[in-house]
Amino acid sequence: MENLIKKYAGKLVEAGLAVSSGPGAPLVGGLDQTMVWNTTAPEIPLLENIFQHLNINSLVFLRPTFPYDRIIRFLAGRALTDGGSILPQDCETRTFLHDLPVVDQFDLHAIVKTLKHRKTVIVQENDPKTGFFGPAVIAPGTVSPEQGFVHISSVCFACFVAFFTNYLAGLKSGLQDPEMDQVFDQVLPFLQNKAPACPDLMHGPFSREQDVYAAMVQTGREIVAHGLVDSYFGNISCCWNNTLYISQTGACLDELTGCIDPVPLDGSSTAGITASSELTAHLETIARTGCQTILHGHPRFCVIASMDCDPAQKAVCAFADRCHTHCPITRHIDSVPIVPGEVGSGPFGLCNTLPAACDTSDSVIVYGHGLFVTGKTDFTQAFSTLTAVEHLCKNRYLEQVQRLKQT
Amino acid sequence: MHGWTGKIARIDLTLRKIDVQPLPPDTCTRYLGGRGMGGLFLQPAATLDWDHPDVPLCLFTGPLTATAAPTSGRCHMVSVSPLTGLMADASLGGKIGVQLKRAGWDGIVITGKSNEPVGIDIKDNHITLVSAKNLWGMTTDAVHQYLNPKKAALACIGPAGENRVGFAAVITDRHHAAGRTGLGMCLGAKNLKYMLVSGTGRTRVKHPEQLKTARQDICRLTAASPALMGRYGFSRMGTGAMYDLMDNRHMMPTDNFAATWFGAAKDLNAAAYARAYSPKNHGCKGCHILCKKIGTRTPAPATPAAGTALPEFETMSHFTALVGLEDIQLVTAANQRCNRLGMDTISAAVTLACFREITQKDFTPASLLALLDDIALDRGEGKALKKGAAAYARSMGQPDAAMAVKGLELPAYDPRGAYGMALGFAMSTRGGCHLRAYPISHEILRKPVATDRFSFSGKARIIKIAEDLNAVVDSLIACKFTFFAAGLEEYAKAFSAVTGQDVTAQDLLAAGERIYYNERIFNSCRGFDARQDDLPARFFTRPGTGASQIRVPPIDRAAFLQAKAAYYSVRGLTPKGLPTRTKAEQLGISWKT
Repeated sequence: MENLIKKYAGKLVEAGLAVSSGPGAPLVGGLDQTMVWNTTAPEIPLLENIFQHLNINSLVFLRPTFPYDRIIRFLAGRALTDGGSILPQDCETRTFLHDLPVVDQFDLHAIVKTLKHRKTVIVQENDPKTGFFGPAVIAPGTVSPEQGFVHISSVCFACFVAFFTNYLAGLKSGLQDPEMDQVFDQVLPFLQNKAPACPDLMHGPFSREQDVYAAMVQTGREIVAHGLVDSYFGNISCCWNNTLYISQTGACLDELTGCIDPVPLDGSSTAGITASSELTAHLETIARTGCQTILHGHPRFCVIASMDCDPAQKAVCAFADRCHTHCPITRHIDSVPIVPGEVGSGPFGLCNTLPAACDTSDSVIVYGHGLFVTGKTDFTQAFSTLTAVEHLCKNRYLEQVQRLKQT
Repeated sequence: MHGWTGKIARIDLTLRKIDVQPLPPDTCTRYLGGRGMGGLFLQPAATLDWDHPDVPLCLFTGPLTATAAPTSGRCHMVSVSPLTGLMADASLGGKIGVQLKRAGWDGIVITGKSNEPVGIDIKDNHITLVSAKNLWGMTTDAVHQYLNPKKAALACIGPAGENRVGFAAVITDRHHAAGRTGLGMCLGAKNLKYMLVSGTGRTRVKHPEQLKTARQDICRLTAASPALMGRYGFSRMGTGAMYDLMDNRHMMPTDNFAATWFGAAKDLNAAAYARAYSPKNHGCKGCHILCKKIGTRTPAPATPAAGTALPEFETMSHFTALVGLEDIQLVTAANQRCNRLGMDTISAAVTLACFREITQKDFTPASLLALLDDIALDRGEGKALKKGAAAYARSMGQPDAAMAVKGLELPAYDPRGAYGMALGFAMSTRGGCHLRAYPISHEILRKPVATDRFSFSGKARIIKIAEDLNAVVDSLIACKFTFFAAGLEEYAKAFSAVTGQDVTAQDLLAAGERIYYNERIFNSCRGFDARQDDLPARFFTRPGTGASQIRVPPIDRAAFLQAKAAYYSVRGLTPKGLPTRTKAEQLGISWKT
């Protein structure tokens, strides 16, 4: 348990969600027969008490670092005056977290009460008397601290996407919101960076199976390092020798060693039962397009751009409450199509929309979810496209905001 | 009440008397239904022999049964196990749970013993006892054909239950076996051949719109699950989809758990069955996963015909690797034979593997099928085998050859390949059962997140929490497979929508802990303690079959014992594995000495 606690505290720092020391350092606790924490902190006595009230074995506490702190503080403040929960519309929140409840005090009773219903709670309190300052996010696990890590990462991602989505929608609707403007201006420096250079990835075509594995491990690691995916989301595949090599479900892309499933294309094995939820979409796409590699990340501005819809049009749309599955309009960002579709292979799964869209484009955005990119023989071009489309979406977003602010 | 009907039927087969008993709302909230309620009604029989007429045979639905909550169509049977001496319980699939609830009953509690073979016919409020003399001796498929239940649900036993086979099963609606712990023998001891149930009512739901939302949330999660709805998941390939995984992970029990890898496995997987039988989907009432597969063609003469249920993963594995055969048509035939005779395939196969190890006689397909017949019909070598592997091995002076925990034969996951499974097997209140804690979820299928399968670190609490969760699942009732994707968070919403009670996942887990502890108390009254919470010795002394990337060493005995001690501490048991009054009262369980 000690190893896991240290590992996930470290991963929160590596992901840019927390600082490594001081009051902003993440706290990760685990309980088997005895309780262990990754460090000491004044919050720990109360956090430890949570274990007395919930049937859990681990807990993660995080004070998100910039810009997540500003964004979450703003959204949490609004939520406290309006129902008590942040309601992001991205795919991960909709599918796994449902909503993001907020409490206004670092209070055992309030936290426990919320965590009895939901996987996370955001604590908004700022009280000089108690010395507690928020926002902070708390997430328990019943199996591993990885659950807390994943859920807290998802909260940060979802809030980021929700803030920028709402901000653009507000500007388009002509709403004046000085407080939101202020937060936007504060976090703007975080966005103003150039597209990073693409790493030097292994070149294909691959002649040996071990090269396929090595290329996938390397590419997965770079996708995470470039901030193109959070926690254990995203997936990657490579078709080689009539077998699809694909990352396993719930595998962190920066830890793919031992987490890649070889799935024979002839269906002669069910080993793909532990493969990514998007296995079917990958197989269909490869069958239709002849591509050999697929990358799927959750770049933030691709997700934000996918949910950008004209408010006037949305107001009269019969599917306005089901955009993620029923959006009737084929939209594009430049030539990149945006398609609806849920995670997995259900009736509204993206496996029904993504492969066809890949017929005409090597990059496709799935509404509220992320970006899929195909490649020919290796991951070099696909990776380059992944970063380029994200950069494009970010620039388009900022241009729109600038234009709307001027009008 | 919403969710519960608020009444059960008490059926005394000796006196041929039927009484209606109301269920207090507080009891419903505390024990939910299904396994929880069955355990509560069984408690007065804690010190009785399994076949004492006063030992009840309980069949309970749950508050979610016959609602739109996904996978809620099952019900749970509880009694005392003739095989293990522990509390016996098994989940019944098909449509009997839905029909019983629609008939207006939260459950039925059957006591006494009929002086002649009898069936119970339930049509809404009307319960009648019907002579089953003419059905005694019939196989389960023949009973089904004779009674022709149409829309009604039929649960019955075959010759194995009548002939006191320790692992006799109850077969529901032809294809669904409540196999484990010998409940078929409990029916047989009461001279109860069948239960035929039909109902026309509806479960009262407090907030239908909220239930619809909860259903959507659960279905969305299951759609996102590769294990359930993915191309190679249970919905497409059946539970046999696990076969390749166990092969790849080198944890397929082979040659009576002497090895963990079977060379022929790649040709005996779910894909091979799909090619041979072109299966169609089938499932329990109200389920959208439909994991049961029914063959639509007969692949060769003298093999099970189209319309036959294909074997589940456990049967596929144990009737190949465990017994040393390489023939999927034999597996399908053995599965069909066990269902018709009314026997648990897991226990049957492990008992045969034990027989093979002790006698050093290999099976042919024909000799294996013949021995299955002999067991069920109580003849020849079957007479010695019908009491299960543990009793047989003891009788042969080789108790270590029985791959069982507390008398219940082990399923098709070798514990040397998954240490949570090892702990789960040993601690289970049911004996050698993978479903009490179901750690393949995280150790193999990576849900909710992956854990290190070769480590005991953290596993004591993980197993305890999972046991509580699965006690809830068996009591609501839902199918455990759904929990590879959804969680109690979503099912608590469904529960609240149905019952109108504002209940959280943690509240349900608290009920699960109560249900589980109650079972532990029951078993301790029957003399079980830490001595039986153990695994067969070979898992600690012999390695499994490794490969270049996978080492499968023997389980470290000291690490196992440490995890076991941690489990007792987390569960609130003494170091000897016994429940305490303090913990029982903390959980709201009345303590009787």
